[in-house]
Amino acid sequence: MFILIVGAGRVGSAVAKSALAAGHEVSVLDEDPLSHERLDAGQTRSWDDAGGQFTVGAGLETDALIQAGIERADVFIASTDGDNTNLIIAQIAQRRFGVEKVIVRVMDPARAAWYGEQGLHTISPTQHAIEMFERALQPEFA
Amino acid sequence: MYVIIAGAGKVGRNLARELIAKEHEVTLIESSRESYLALEEEFEHAVVYGDATELWVLERSGIQRADLVVAVTGDDEDNMLVCQVAKEKYLCERIIARVNNPGNHDHFRLLGIQPAVSATDLILRLIEHEVPRYGLVHLLALEEERLEIIELEVSADAPTVGAKVSDITLPEGSLIISVLRDGSGFVPKPDTVIEAGDEVLLVLDPGLEDAITGYFAPNGRSGD
Repeated sequence: MFILIVGAGRVGSAVAKSALAAGHEVSVLDEDPLSHERLDAGQTRSWDDAGGQFTVGAGLETDALIQAGIERADVFIASTDGDNTNLIIAQIAQRRFGVEKVIVRVMDPARAAWYGEQGLHTISPTQHAIEMFERALQPEFA
Repeated sequence: MYVIIAGAGKVGRNLARELIAKEHEVTLIESSRESYLALEEEFEHAVVYGDATELWVLERSGIQRADLVVAVTGDDEDNMLVCQVAKEKYLCERIIARVNNPGNHDHFRLLGIQPAVSATDLILRLIEHEVPRYGLVHLLALEEERLEIIELEVSADAPTVGAKVSDITLPEGSLIISVLRDGSGFVPKPDTVIEAGDEVLLVLDPGLEDAITGYFAPNGRSGD
């Protein structure tokens, strides 16, 4: 599969590395050239040597998305540090480029829930953390 | 009318002032604490501190009863999101978005966020009006209604010079609605004769500009 990941922070870069290791074709788009180095960290081979692709650019720039290969992407992951950016670029991937599987990181549980109802596959780390805290506290409530 | 304005920068706060002066009810939402505190003295309860892209902030501002939501922050993603939830989640009938980067216009259109207004585009249009390039000026473009009004200066070598309006067969979907001559405009009659140097106003379906230009300014220059 061809996977395009926009935003290579802690989450995006880790997902990119494991997807590449699993044998997928992976392209990363990030505004910050430093994110390229994060992809190399802790690896025996550099990101490029391992077959990864990296493009400097913003997810809202159509040209950057095309350069990063969105037109042939099977999966699109929006994991920049901005919820609204992620929600908008995910819809662009879905509606304009017809990417089949689109996954969006949304910190805010409320926006994640509503956009989830609208058909976007949202993942809210905050919501997961809330649930884990609640579970961890359960013996205290009992 | 109850209007919610997201973003209290220069645009947002001046808009709020004008609307309040016209006796509309306004809530201005500002996410910077510093700006909020500076505005609170003037706007009192009409300014709310918060991130307008947070659903609970919009709800606390009464988005359910808003007649109009205007998103004018300096961030296009935020403006798109505010308008999208206003329209699709809270079923607000009227939205207006500000486009900061004209390159993002397509994204607003893709998400159905109309009208989307870009200051850069407006100024560019004014410049074109002052300094007509190729003799063609877009006066109005209603994208949703698929309707445009353009102005063309008739060049000396145009095939329509000397012709009666009734004898000019324009493409389907276009119509001459006004002629500007010697500083004043009039609605043409069937026997009005087009002269070089006239400015003709046409209403047309989008996409017909090139075809129409051939009738009035075939070499892409305005006639002198």
